[in-house]
Amino acid sequence: MTTQNAIEARNVVKAFGQGDTAVRALDDVSVEIRQGEFFTLLGPSGCGKTTLLRLIAGFEMPTDGVILLEGQDITYLPPNKRPVNTVFQSYALFPHLTVAQNISFGLEMLGKPRGEIKQTTERMLALVKLEEMASRKTSQLSGGQQQRVALARALAPQPKVLLLDEPLSALDLKLRQAMQIELKRLQTETGITFVFVTHDQEEALTMSDRIGVMSAGKLQQVGSAKDIYTRPVNRFVASFIGETNFLQAQAQGNKARLSSGDVVDLDAAATGAVTLTIRPEQIRLADPADADALPATVTNLVYFGTDTHVHLALADSTEVVVRQQSPSTGDSGVVMGQKVGLRFAPGAAQVVGD
Amino acid sequence: MAKPSFQVARLPGFSTVAMLAFLALYIPILTLVVYSFNSEISMGEWGGFSWKWYEKAWANEAVKDATLRSLNIAAFAAVISTALATMAALGTTRRRVFKGQTFIYVMINQPLMVPEIVTAVALMILFGLIKTVTGVHGLGYLILAHSAFCIPFAYLPIRARLEGMDLTLETAASDLYASPWATFRRVTLPLLMPGVIAGMMLAFVVSLDDVVITEFVKSAGQDTLPTYMLGQMRRQLTPEINAISTGLLFITVAMLTAFFLLTRKQD
Ligand SMILES: Nc1ncnc2c1ncn2[C@@H]1O[C@H](COP(=O)(O)OP(=O)(O)OP(=O)(O)O)[C@@H](O)[C@H]1O
Ligand SMILES: [Mg+2]
Repeated sequence: MTTQNAIEARNVVKAFGQGDTAVRALDDVSVEIRQGEFFTLLGPSGCGKTTLLRLIAGFEMPTDGVILLEGQDITYLPPNKRPVNTVFQSYALFPHLTVAQNISFGLEMLGKPRGEIKQTTERMLALVKLEEMASRKTSQLSGGQQQRVALARALAPQPKVLLLDEPLSALDLKLRQAMQIELKRLQTETGITFVFVTHDQEEALTMSDRIGVMSAGKLQQVGSAKDIYTRPVNRFVASFIGETNFLQAQAQGNKARLSSGDVVDLDAAATGAVTLTIRPEQIRLADPADADALPATVTNLVYFGTDTHVHLALADSTEVVVRQQSPSTGDSGVVMGQKVGLRFAPGAAQVVGD
Repeated sequence: MAKPSFQVARLPGFSTVAMLAFLALYIPILTLVVYSFNSEISMGEWGGFSWKWYEKAWANEAVKDATLRSLNIAAFAAVISTALATMAALGTTRRRVFKGQTFIYVMINQPLMVPEIVTAVALMILFGLIKTVTGVHGLGYLILAHSAFCIPFAYLPIRARLEGMDLTLETAASDLYASPWATFRRVTLPLLMPGVIAGMMLAFVVSLDDVVITEFVKSAGQDTLPTYMLGQMRRQLTPEINAISTGLLFITVAMLTAFFLLTRKQD
């Protein structure tokens, strides 16, 4: 078995409309999605996630560029000829068919023998735990059950790639969390490549093998959750995923001088004016007398239950936020206006592009 | 509670006006139905309940002949106009908004707007011309004429059904390996069916009731039930007509009830 990519998009452009009013929903997107991985497309509303998914499914043709499925060019193949299935955000279950008929639809269209259709449908019903509902109409199901029918229907023909467009966004929090676990289980059990779209960063971080962060029709960064969180390539990625502090600095080798005059260590050499990002949980409060600590003043305290956000001002009044675990008893030990020192964890300060 | 909004139903005298309107609508029909059971021939007196006029109408060969012709024409016209209306509805809704869309709607619904008598005269002239040139006669002309003016009646419920249909269902079918034709047959058409049947029944009823166009287009000996009745009434008024009318009314009400049940918001 070669380690071929399940999906590869090369320089894909998708423009809607013509001339000056044209919208570039996708602007030169290239991405490689590996076989058997849980890949998430993450980005704010309107960044082009659905458009990329629709191009992979074949509902839309790109203006430019190529899409490959296991190395084969499928750019202009109609959707019914692609071994790719979609779980729609609205589920799009056929209201005139029963649960079982919905699930067997794809297999029937593929012309599979009766016995196989019956067997696979039963296996799918069991997989999503809906055996009892087989002969119900889909309108008689709850949102979570409909969601599972949509999943089973898309998985039944055993596609090479399963596309999921914000499949959980219509569910309430409890059900969403349960379905996240269920989805992950299904993906592991079936070994099918999942391409999952969401604008919920927490969902992306917890479920994915790799994440592609999108913004304004461009793919900003692709990597594991940890990569993207700890080594964001630019300001957008750093601020879209988790919370962070941005500090302006002058870099010289492995040192950077902040605008406040303080010097911090970098784990990669850089030169000139740079932007640093430092996660709030990577900073510790220390004794102001500590020679290595950056002097700062507490300006605000915001309590978040398990965490407390301590807002501070550096010497030149640059704002920095530090996240601390809230102590189980009493106060956090700092008060407004207090002078403290700040210590950064090793590798905490990352240089990011704009 | 929000500020009470203006409600027509709260106006003084509303229920009186409503009642009068209903009376005006239904008293004539009620009279007709009641008198169809009158054993006396004169409308002036009530001679007791009787099925006499129904029996008479049933035994009348001319009535039977006209009824069969009416049903025949209505059935053909309903099927033809519904088929055409379905295509028209698919053509006008399954696409992005295009230039001249309103114009197309007006064109399709033309029979609703052009005075029927004008269409009738026009058809009479055109068909007369064709008949003399080709020498072909028959029921085909009536069926054709009825099919044409039934199209908008079949079109409207079908289009309403199509517009309420979720387009992603068709996308989902194509995603699940259905060819365009299979998508139409397995998803679009079954979902459209209530609209199609409703349209067909409406077309059937409209065709069944038509007088004006039929009167102008028909050849000698091609009376439908309504034109036969019209011809009878020119000569003499008998309660037999009442009985036939009541029968027609019964069929129409049954069809329209089914129509409303089908178009009622489902699923
Ligand atoms: N059919 C279309 N015609 C014109 N513009 C479109 C069309 N489809 C998408 N767009 C535009 O392309 C851009 C990307 O849309 P897309 O639906 O891919 O966003 P998205 O990332 O899925 O957003 P969301 O999270 O809101 O679903 C948007 O600016 C949108 O307005
Ligand atoms: Mg979207």
